[in-house]
Amino acid sequence: MSSQEFVIDVRGLTKRFGDKTVVDHFDLAVPKGTIYGFLGPNGSGKTTTIRMVCGLLKPDAGEGTCLGFDVLTQSREIKTNVGYMTQRFSLYEDLSIAENLEFIARLYQLPKRRRRVREALADLGLSERARQLAGTLSGGWKQRLALAACMIHSPSLLLLDEPTAGVDPKARRDFWDTIRRFADDGVTTLVSTHYMDEAVQCDRIAYIAYGKKLLDAPTKDIPAQVGLSGYSIYADDLSEAQRRLKGAPGVDVLARFGAFMHACGRDKPALSRAVDRVRGLPGAVVKEIEPGLEEAFIYLMAGVEDNFNGASA
Amino acid sequence: MISGSRTLAVFMKELVQMRRDRLTFAIMILIPIIQLTLFGFAINTDPRHLATAVELKDEGPLTRSLLAALKQSSYFDIEHIVSTDEEGEALLRTGKVSFFIVVPQNFERDFVRGDRPQILFSADASDPVAAAGGLGAANEIARTAFAADLPRLRPKLAGAPPPYDIVVHKEYNPAGVTAFNIVPGLLGVILTMTLTMITAIALVRELERGTIEALLSTPVRSVEVMIGKTTPYIFVGAVQAAIIMITGRFLFGIPFAGAPVALIAGITVFVFTNLMLGYLISTVAKTQMQAMQMTFFVFLPSILLSGFMFPFHAMPGWAQAIGECLPVTHFLRIVREVMLKGAGLSDIAGDLWPMGVIFFVIASAALRRFRRTLD
Repeated sequence: MSSQEFVIDVRGLTKRFGDKTVVDHFDLAVPKGTIYGFLGPNGSGKTTTIRMVCGLLKPDAGEGTCLGFDVLTQSREIKTNVGYMTQRFSLYEDLSIAENLEFIARLYQLPKRRRRVREALADLGLSERARQLAGTLSGGWKQRLALAACMIHSPSLLLLDEPTAGVDPKARRDFWDTIRRFADDGVTTLVSTHYMDEAVQCDRIAYIAYGKKLLDAPTKDIPAQVGLSGYSIYADDLSEAQRRLKGAPGVDVLARFGAFMHACGRDKPALSRAVDRVRGLPGAVVKEIEPGLEEAFIYLMAGVEDNFNGASA
Repeated sequence: MISGSRTLAVFMKELVQMRRDRLTFAIMILIPIIQLTLFGFAINTDPRHLATAVELKDEGPLTRSLLAALKQSSYFDIEHIVSTDEEGEALLRTGKVSFFIVVPQNFERDFVRGDRPQILFSADASDPVAAAGGLGAANEIARTAFAADLPRLRPKLAGAPPPYDIVVHKEYNPAGVTAFNIVPGLLGVILTMTLTMITAIALVRELERGTIEALLSTPVRSVEVMIGKTTPYIFVGAVQAAIIMITGRFLFGIPFAGAPVALIAGITVFVFTNLMLGYLISTVAKTQMQAMQMTFFVFLPSILLSGFMFPFHAMPGWAQAIGECLPVTHFLRIVREVMLKGAGLSDIAGDLWPMGVIFFVIASAALRRFRRTLD
């Protein structure tokens, strides 16, 4: 594959704050039109990486391109063509929805500005609230506004930093439908998240911890890459089964799925021995299963403690 | 390439935000009124060591005694010996000296003859506080100066009125109304305080609210942000200036002797400079609190060393040097010259260009400081 096919193509990106290396030799290649998930615990360097890609932070080392522009020298060109949605709502709370969009549209020097703003409002179902102050909006509406603002100049790359934090499930689903629609139109999306139900929406996933990339694969290949074995367990007293398995050697993931308990681990013999502890429980049914994405994510997310704690330990 | 439309975008946004933030707006209007009433009635001092020009048309031992006594008094620092009236009056008008003293021709001869020659004390009473001390002491200084020579030269005159006459001229503010000096000065101080403060939080507020991230992720340029963010407050400055001028006129009866265009030019450059100064603070400060503290750091010397609180030329050299670097120092001179001394545009040029220089230095420093990244 030539580098032209990658919307983001960076190698060795490194960022230090003081003596702390937040992002460490990070490589990333995002093909055009994909929804690329960026997973990792808090403080793992997701936000810093996204900011470096869109020119908001200068990398201390590394090189590469974003939309064909050099990330080190052409940050203005990148900013003009990228839509970046910040983790925290960063539009003006004392401006109305329409005023915020007008402002952003002016900064991008969009032709037919008024029409673009009107269309953006209509697209996101914000027309009736156009005059409402942004600060009075609920989380879900703020998020819609932020998305509208970062889409108003029709960027070909969207960078979304934990876009659905603090948003209710319905709004989150609507949001992902919108992203999917953009992807169908050829817009590339890089999205960071903690949520498993969002991760499964992505075409490809990079898992990052301590500023390093631990995993980078198409979403469907993730379970195989993580290499988990698993058992589905049923018992009359599932809580007792959970108590017996919790912390047992070999059990890396322990989670309820409806009426069943899934116990998974990478060391199959150890897992099998651990599962023997519950076989004698009343009503126990133990069945071997092929662990899916969810188990893989639970494993990944649980595997690394919050990075700020981890780094100081 | 600076984009007009992007600058306009920032400008419009600031304007709307300013309109929504009613409290700040109210404070901007109230501060001038409150300060004016407080300072206008309250301040008084007894300054010494004021710059003085003397013209000696007679150079006998009596004149030398007088010079010695003037120095001795500590009110007068004789910095200029001039040879014509015009020269001395020019020094007085431009504020280089606070007093101009003329010893007349044939002073010693007329003194001995009993013709009561007149010593002329002209004072720049646009700052009546500065003038009052020296003028009040004039008679006593002359009496001491001539005390030793009097019995020898005019032995029969003991107990009679002195054989000379002290004539006092209070120029520019003959009635010595303190408010005439304080109120134009307040124009400078109030504009410094409020305008510097309001732009000092301009960027910091975006930093604290997190909006800087969205702003910087757009292609906006630093100079566009700078112009867009400061320009709306020019109107605030204009409104404040108008309030102070109107209050000064009707509450304190301040005269307006000079050319309005000169004052408008002075106010314009001064307002720009202060907005830029605040903006520079904003590029340095990390929090609004820090921005406030830095504003006060600028504000204190602006009050103390600018000639607002204490007569400028009565300060030691190092303090004057600091004072010269403050925009308000030059502005105060301009305002007093225009309002009280009737100066025109050409008269104030000498104080207008230093302000312009200060403006450009501050503006370029602010542009260099502004980061287009979040580093």
